Amino acid sequence: MRETATQPKLDLVVIGNGMAGVRTLEHVLEAEPERYNVTVFGAEPHASYNRIMLSPVLAGDKAFEEIETHGRDWYDDHGIALYTGEAVVAIDRRRRMVVSDTGREIGYDRLLLATGSTPFILPVPGHTLAGVISFRDIGDVHRMVEASEKGGKAVVIGGGLLGLEAAYGLHRRGMEVTIVHLMETLMERQLDPAAAELLQYSLAQRGLSFRMGAKTAAILGDEAGRVTGLRFDDADASEIAADIVVMAVGIRPNVELAKTAGLYCEKGIVVNDTMQTYDPRIYAVGECVEHRHAVYGLVAPLWDQAKVCANHLAQRGHSHYGGSTTATQLKVTGIDVYSAGDFADAESTEALTFSDVRRGVYKRIVLRDDRIVGVVLYGDTRDGGWYFKLMREGVDVSDFRDLLLFGPAYLPDDSAAAEAA
Amino acid sequence: MSAVTTRTTCPYCGVGCGVNAVVENDAVSVAGDAAHPSNLGSLCSKGTALADTVGLDGRLLHPMVDGRRASWDDALDEVAARFGEIIAEHGPDAVAFYVSGQLLTEDYYVANKLMKGYIGSANIDTNSRLCMSSAVAGHKRAFGEDVVPGCYEDLEIADLVVLVGSNTAWCHPVVYQRIVAAQEHDPNKKLVVIDPRRTATAEGADLHLPLAPGTDVHLFNGLLAYLADQGSTSDLPDAEDAVAEARNMGDIAAVAAACGMDADTVSAFFELFAATERTVTVFSQGVNQSSAGTDKVNAIINCHLLTDRIGKPGACPFSITGQPNAMGGREVGGLSSTLAAHIGFDGADRVQRFWDSPTIAREPGLKAVELFEAIERGEVKAVWIMATNPLVSLPHADRAKRALEACEFVAVSDCMRHTDTVDRAHVLLPAAAWAEKSGTVTNSERIISRQRAFLPMPGAARADWDIVCDVARRMGFDGFDFDSPAAIFREHAALTAFENDGQRVLNLDGLADLSDDDYDTLKPLRWPVHSTQALRAAGAMAVQQDSRRLFADGVYPTSDGKAHLVAVTPRGPANAVSDQWPLALNTGRVRDHWHTMTRTAKSARLAAHIPEPFVEVHPRDAERYGVADGALAAVSTTLGEAHVRVIVTAGQREGSLFVPMHWNDQFAARARVGALANPAVCPISGEPEFKHTPAAIAPFEAAWHGFILASRPLLLAAEASIDYWVKVPGERFYRYEIAGLHTPGDWAATARSWIGVGERTADWLEAADTAGGRYRAAHMDAGHIEACVFVAPEPAALPDRSWLASLFTGEPVAEDERIGLLAGRPADPGADPGPQVCSCFGVGRNTIARAINNDGLTSVAAVGEALEAGTNCGSCKPEIAALIEAQAGE
Repeated sequence: MRETATQPKLDLVVIGNGMAGVRTLEHVLEAEPERYNVTVFGAEPHASYNRIMLSPVLAGDKAFEEIETHGRDWYDDHGIALYTGEAVVAIDRRRRMVVSDTGREIGYDRLLLATGSTPFILPVPGHTLAGVISFRDIGDVHRMVEASEKGGKAVVIGGGLLGLEAAYGLHRRGMEVTIVHLMETLMERQLDPAAAELLQYSLAQRGLSFRMGAKTAAILGDEAGRVTGLRFDDADASEIAADIVVMAVGIRPNVELAKTAGLYCEKGIVVNDTMQTYDPRIYAVGECVEHRHAVYGLVAPLWDQAKVCANHLAQRGHSHYGGSTTATQLKVTGIDVYSAGDFADAESTEALTFSDVRRGVYKRIVLRDDRIVGVVLYGDTRDGGWYFKLMREGVDVSDFRDLLLFGPAYLPDDSAAAEAA
Repeated sequence: MSAVTTRTTCPYCGVGCGVNAVVENDAVSVAGDAAHPSNLGSLCSKGTALADTVGLDGRLLHPMVDGRRASWDDALDEVAARFGEIIAEHGPDAVAFYVSGQLLTEDYYVANKLMKGYIGSANIDTNSRLCMSSAVAGHKRAFGEDVVPGCYEDLEIADLVVLVGSNTAWCHPVVYQRIVAAQEHDPNKKLVVIDPRRTATAEGADLHLPLAPGTDVHLFNGLLAYLADQGSTSDLPDAEDAVAEARNMGDIAAVAAACGMDADTVSAFFELFAATERTVTVFSQGVNQSSAGTDKVNAIINCHLLTDRIGKPGACPFSITGQPNAMGGREVGGLSSTLAAHIGFDGADRVQRFWDSPTIAREPGLKAVELFEAIERGEVKAVWIMATNPLVSLPHADRAKRALEACEFVAVSDCMRHTDTVDRAHVLLPAAAWAEKSGTVTNSERIISRQRAFLPMPGAARADWDIVCDVARRMGFDGFDFDSPAAIFREHAALTAFENDGQRVLNLDGLADLSDDDYDTLKPLRWPVHSTQALRAAGAMAVQQDSRRLFADGVYPTSDGKAHLVAVTPRGPANAVSDQWPLALNTGRVRDHWHTMTRTAKSARLAAHIPEPFVEVHPRDAERYGVADGALAAVSTTLGEAHVRVIVTAGQREGSLFVPMHWNDQFAARARVGALANPAVCPISGEPEFKHTPAAIAPFEAAWHGFILASRPLLLAAEASIDYWVKVPGERFYRYEIAGLHTPGDWAATARSWIGVGERTADWLEAADTAGGRYRAAHMDAGHIEACVFVAPEPAALPDRSWLASLFTGEPVAEDERIGLLAGRPADPGADPGPQVCSCFGVGRNTIARAINNDGLTSVAAVGEALEAGTNCGSCKPEIAALIEAQAGE
């Protein structure tokens, strides 16, 4: 006796054809396939693909086709109207209508914002020169691949996860790459200095160059408006030559559309624990969202949010999003880096460290009250998932704290923690 | 090269087992000599591991004078000159020899001859003073001569064996196995163990009497009175007096109260003893090492004399000695309280006549404890120490240390380059070790056996007899022109027979004309050994006397020809416990170590059995004094303090502590229990009261505990961060148990300092939990492990050492197993053998427990069949039995 069968279908519009939006849709369709007439707008001219796999595509380890997640037939099969290469430019909340850049107007009963994020571009002189590329979508990857075909020098600004993956990809494609990083250590938001040092050493071994603690003053170009190099904001205003400059200094939640529609935004579109914006008909998920003051740039929180959001769109109404514990893995072949949680030293935390200098293995487990709050693994990340699980579940590790660094394989067979592995 | 087998004798305890030493392609192996009457082919764990100990690691190979290598001429001239000068200026009593039950009879003989007949002092005493001089004195009082009347066979014939103050299973394992085998054969035979501690020996007994320390006389006087009450009578002199004195103990209830036992136990023992004609009472250090040691010996012998249980198959009192040649030393007269060859000082003229010596000692000399007191006072100004380590083994050992430091001239003959004693010598003389020595030894059942060399003398080492004779000649004395141990033995045998018209049982007349060849091929034989002529002269022409049992004819070498009971009055230990020193400290041996470990520590399998010095504490005392099992404790007396591992066991008597005697400054930071032992001695024998020193125990408040395994020895004594360390030699590694009172600020730097790894590029892996007080590191080289360090706040938080130790093979560690190094365990727990139980076959506790569990093994024999454990020497059988019991209990 399904009540929904007798109810008229509602209209659900999804703005954003990225991973967060599509994953939410999947869950909704699973739970209530007949509930909605669905319309999806995607600004990019593709069906959905796995954005986190862009790095392997850049590095030449994967082809674009391999990272496509949902082809057009998937949308057709589910009766979803898909408009790609078509951006929504306005939301008329009073009329419950969205308006696209082609002038298309679609009404909604529920609206899902999954607009993602925009790469941050340093507003230095020259940032608009040809050859200054961000690393956000498949278009950026194509631009970089094209540039690399001529060889030459690349400068990547930003020694974070994305910057290193871009640098590594360009290096694999034959460019001479220098990473320019404002901080003294790489991936400072994910790695402690010891792991960062190992990472830098290992990347240097592979042929990447570094300018650490370096602030960019300007991007230099020729008369034709093409990039030629970079000038640093240092005592002697040193310069470095470049055929392309990749900006990978961070992302900004894409909030313009929401703001224009009068939805409350801070860094991102502010949502509650049921992923609703200040307009209860309008939901939001993914990198565009700010939840309990946190903005996420990783995939795992997106999955968590999608699940909760879908639950409410399906009118089940009993699930809550309490924020995500995040884990990061660097996708550079042969370099295993894993980071999760909060690894910085604090008075209330205690760190366990392991290092094997010759094998290039380093681990740091940060505890608070005998519970894991942060993990950094370098060189051997096999047990990352196990630590992550212990951390997320808040397991008291005091019984096996002395063996924690060695992973589940070294715990007594009968221990609860080993069984958790 | 084909294998060459040499028949020789084991250098450990006084059982005197025959050993076949096989040398093949420079490799040594040993096996029990099935033809030797004392062991019939058996060996204990220590004997089995003898081949491990013949290496030259740590050997003293060249003479040294004042710390510098010297020629033999220079070294011997120095000894002769310094002794000569001091004797000339201060007289013969200003010099002394301190010798050892490790010396062969021939070594002993020339040392005794030099001191007593040529220097003219009786200041030669031996470490045998510390273990069996009370038996000597007791024998003399009862029998008129220091004679053990029985033989090991009596232990098998006896229907009741009483072991008093003897952890025979650990200290004389082959004798113990003979007893056990006989009792397995005949379940009617009974074994009673009298010991304050529930030792491994007591575990296997039919009846254990856990008497209060020092109450042996109370118990045996009680027994004597009981036997008299049951109708035993004797017309021996003093029997009435002895019984009358014994009756003062009162009834069984009073005896039990005095001995701190329940009356039923005492009663059961008395009834059993009274009812069993064939009874042997074996006594050892637990009886001897007492300020009432001689009285205890006589209290035991009294019971045998009253019941006429002596000189008969399966019936006698039986002193078992601790050292391989304690008996030989007694025979030549190596104690300061006898002259030579069982001749007292009243026979001085006779001995001088025999030796044709320029002088003769006419008064007893200084006994061991007195001797070192005299050295400290400066009365004895030169001492020559041979084959013993008194700075470890003497009571109040720190005083002995001060004495040697203050002594004008100290010469030491030893085979080791460093011992606590060697390190204080002015002149060091490299002596032969077991495998290189040739001569004779006498065991506890009066069997003289040849010890034969089977390895060449290494470096510049020389035999002890050779060194002593050379010094004697350099001092200008005739009478030391011996060219072989055979020649010395002939003279020794001749002296035993000299003017001996039956007054002395010790008579080797039949060996006085032994040819060199006969000496070389001499089979084990028991003294007395009368020549055909002597027997004929004694009117015993056709009858070869059976020397297995003495006194069968009731004739004793006393003035009246009779044995004597001695009325003995019970008295407590010299120093009673007090509020400040509330516990009775007892010392003794462990199964797989010997004396001060100079030899046994060379064997990894022996060192693995009990790796650390420990104190055994009764659970109630542990609670009372706040010490926990597995933690460290400071055991102290008025004289010193030791830092040892705590073993809480109900087998220890409440109010008593037990600490092993072996550990010393070479192997531990502070574990010389001799430094704690009070120097109270038996007024008759001069034997120290090692079994009872008032003591206290407190936790050793270590901030951290740890261990290091390293492929080479480390100098941890110099590390200020380490307050407790014990060195345990292993197979291709050294293990150090460590602890500290303060936590170092930088574990990595500290650990690198311990191991001596300075360079940052070294292959070093570490796991640190600074807040949790845990640190682990390993130093690798070319893929194999060089060293590892483990530190934790509690001992229990450290991983088992045995798996880590098994990695020191010199083979590379697999890459993916490197992390397991610091985990301290294999990823598969089934690969962990656990702490070693069976030394002979290297079988660990986990392996045995798993076999018991998985295969349902229910007997020691079944475990032996499955794993070989316990099937060689059998010393670990009690531990295997305990494991079976523990599993059954689960």
